[in-house]
Amino acid sequence: MRTCPAPAPGRARTPLSAASDWTFDLIERYHEVIRAAAERHGLDTYPNQLEIISAEQMMDAYASVGMPVNYRHWSYGKEFIATEKRYRRGHMGLAYEIVINSNPCISYLMEENTTVMQALVIAHAAYGHNSFFKGNYLFRMWTDASSIIDYLVYARNYVAECEERHGQEAVETLLDSCHALANFGVDRYRRPSRRTLAQEMTERQVREAHAQQQVNDLWRTVPVRGEKAGVAEAAQRFPAEPQENLLYFFEKSAPLLEPWQREVVRIVRKVAQYFYPQRQTQVMNEGWATFWHHRLLNSLYDEGQLTDGAMLEWMTSHTNVIYQPPVNHPAYSGINPYALGFAMYSDMRRICEQPTDEDRAWFPDIAGAPWLPTLDHAMRNYKDESFIGQFLSPRLMREMRLFAIHDDDRRGELEVSAIHDAAGYQRLRQSLSQQYDLGTREPNIQVWNVNLRGDRTLTLRHSQYRDRPLADATAEVLRHVARLWGFGVTLESVDNAGAVSRRWSVGAPA
Amino acid sequence: MALQIIDRRLSGKNKSIGNRERFLRRYKEQVRDAVRRAIDDRGIRDIERSENITIPRKDISEPLFQHGRGGARDTVHPGNTEYLQGDRIARPPGGASGAGSGQPGDSGEGDDDFSFTLSKEEFLQLFFEDLALPHLLRTQIGDNPQWKSHRAGFTHDGTPNNLSIVRSMRGALGRRIAVGHGPRRTLAEARAQLAVLEQAPPDSDAELAHMAALQEAIGVLERRIERIPYLDPIDLRFRNRVRVPIPSSKAVMFCLMDVSGSMDQARKDLAKRFFILLYLFLTRHYEKIDIVFIRHHTQAQEVDEAGFFHSTETGGTVVSSALVLMQQIIVARYPTSEWNLYGAQASDGDNYSNDSVRCRELLADGILPLVRYFAYVQVVEEEQNLWTEYQQLAQLQANFAIRKATAADQIYPVFRNLFRKQGAAA
Repeated sequence: MRTCPAPAPGRARTPLSAASDWTFDLIERYHEVIRAAAERHGLDTYPNQLEIISAEQMMDAYASVGMPVNYRHWSYGKEFIATEKRYRRGHMGLAYEIVINSNPCISYLMEENTTVMQALVIAHAAYGHNSFFKGNYLFRMWTDASSIIDYLVYARNYVAECEERHGQEAVETLLDSCHALANFGVDRYRRPSRRTLAQEMTERQVREAHAQQQVNDLWRTVPVRGEKAGVAEAAQRFPAEPQENLLYFFEKSAPLLEPWQREVVRIVRKVAQYFYPQRQTQVMNEGWATFWHHRLLNSLYDEGQLTDGAMLEWMTSHTNVIYQPPVNHPAYSGINPYALGFAMYSDMRRICEQPTDEDRAWFPDIAGAPWLPTLDHAMRNYKDESFIGQFLSPRLMREMRLFAIHDDDRRGELEVSAIHDAAGYQRLRQSLSQQYDLGTREPNIQVWNVNLRGDRTLTLRHSQYRDRPLADATAEVLRHVARLWGFGVTLESVDNAGAVSRRWSVGAPA
Repeated sequence: MALQIIDRRLSGKNKSIGNRERFLRRYKEQVRDAVRRAIDDRGIRDIERSENITIPRKDISEPLFQHGRGGARDTVHPGNTEYLQGDRIARPPGGASGAGSGQPGDSGEGDDDFSFTLSKEEFLQLFFEDLALPHLLRTQIGDNPQWKSHRAGFTHDGTPNNLSIVRSMRGALGRRIAVGHGPRRTLAEARAQLAVLEQAPPDSDAELAHMAALQEAIGVLERRIERIPYLDPIDLRFRNRVRVPIPSSKAVMFCLMDVSGSMDQARKDLAKRFFILLYLFLTRHYEKIDIVFIRHHTQAQEVDEAGFFHSTETGGTVVSSALVLMQQIIVARYPTSEWNLYGAQASDGDNYSNDSVRCRELLADGILPLVRYFAYVQVVEEEQNLWTEYQQLAQLQANFAIRKATAADQIYPVFRNLFRKQGAAA
């Protein structure tokens, strides 16, 4: 990583054309100067692949969670129909870009965009997001950019094959159940091993053959020696320890699943795992990309590559993207991750370059340090939660006029627990950081026990976080759980004191 | 950092179509209900059109484990203008305090119904699902049957363009092996003998002679093997094609409509609705089907499609005139040996009084024995003598059905009922 940007070459004689209609040649020339600027700033990226697509294809990509290929499922059809309708009615503009964490990194450019917008997208997606995907520790650990497309192609074909063999309906209900639990199909501590597609395929066959034998903890009929049997089985728990990866548990231990069903569970689990880092780095990722398109395009302007008109055009859309409506605004719907991320990276750069005394007190490590390595370090080693916990500065809190609300359902009123003043900075920062912690955003539900001696009922345990109950859809989800497990399922909600406060039960599926 | 720019605009259109089909299949029941409702409100001319369909959103939600309302939570919001630490705020209605809790995606949409547009094809597909012409048989091959060319193995002769090279060469190879087998074996034996003799120096003249004889024999055999032709006319194989006649199932539908004065605008509208459904159904499902339009008041006349649906003529009523005309047309143009015949008649049941009996006789003796199916739809509730006569007939004849449809929303169920697939539920 460079400590400061390399000097720019001499000023360009004539700026690049800002004609509204783009051409392939023009895109290439824009890309070339953006690439050079990114290189001077030391951005490390995967090779780029730009794909020009139409609006309809953009909606296609939208509908299948942003991936270029995916298995077929009605929910993607629903998503597509909804997107299309909103788009047709003009309720929403399509995103200018979709970028896929793969190697080479695929960025979609929509054909409707003007030349300048294409340049913005290239800077934002092909260099901003791309370098984030390559650098951030979560993505490095959890996703394998080089094999994801291959894996999705495999998943699509496998699901299609299952549909042919076992019927669309059977596959669809299984996928429904898996999707309901997708957020609980993630290994949070164990990192997945990297595999090529060929390895996946061979391992699948071995796995399928072997997996059926792995579930028979429940079916074990080999007699245990007399005197110890009673004691051992009474004390025996299954699983031995609570498990938080529900899909993994079903894939490995659900007694009635067929081998192909286990494989489908696995596919959903793998895809969920792939998206796990994205859900944890929204602010950082979008902020980083926004920061860099802003930085790169500005440096191009300084070099005389962009016309004033081009500058105004992308700035308009930039300002729209980072607009944060205040809390009493009708359009307010939470904190805009683009705005927060962009503001934080910009603020960090300011702390590096022009630190105040307050900054020196709060950030002794980075105040006055070179900004490029500081930002790079932050991008690589944090996720939203820790990034905000570490780098949200008092000055930014004042600028955004942040305040924290404490909402306790036992009281009739909300309480303002902290505002942007000396007494509140720490608490504000902590609250905001927790707001981005997946662990608190999603309920904590784990596999607790299986009734091995009786009717094989599965017990899940929900540990309440600050007395927050589960939503109404819980019973519905439990039916999906029961379908995967094959026998009855009980869910216990346990409060802070350890007492079961609520219980849901679903019988074995018919 | 290599760059690739790929133009994908032309590839992969409609990638989501599979997902859309799955969605429609899953919500078929709701969609079908919506289609039914839609058809009742539509004017005659725009039946064939795309349609907006609405499904309650709760029916299509995907459940997830999520936090519900309640408990304690801390949220951070921007844009503080008035609050100080420790201030108390009344709880906003609707639990808006959860807006900042990380699910901003949900909050933009609200709980209204999920609505979308069915394309024209999808609409008609659902519309005419499970319907078919009853008793449609493959009639025998007509005078000018259609022929279809089928592959039928290989033959020894044919035109060069049908020459199957692989087959021919395989035959040639086999023949060369077979014909050359004997000589080659003798040749190998002779060579082996010669080799044995040549190892030891020849002692006697007899042995020398034997060697010479062997050499000569070898020469003869070699020439003989060489003479086996590489490719012989008997090796040639030609792809064979045979012409097979295709049995055709030709069908004709007679549409008979009463346009007399007693048929007021609303009744005509109902009748036309019925025939438009029939017309759409036929043109959509059967490519080769003739449709004959007959309208009548006191006289019947054969008209084209536009005249049938859109003309405005009136007069008295003699229903039998239409049946007579139908019979004449059958005799003249549609011999029953070649055609599957169908008839559909719509009327308000008002008829010149002595004529109804004649109608029944015409049907029973003249038409019903010829046709596969004849449906009568009456567009008023009131039962006049035509209905009574027809009712007697319907009890006797299996291929004759009568129904009443007195309001626009009954047309579709009656239509489905008349043309449902055998064995399928209505």
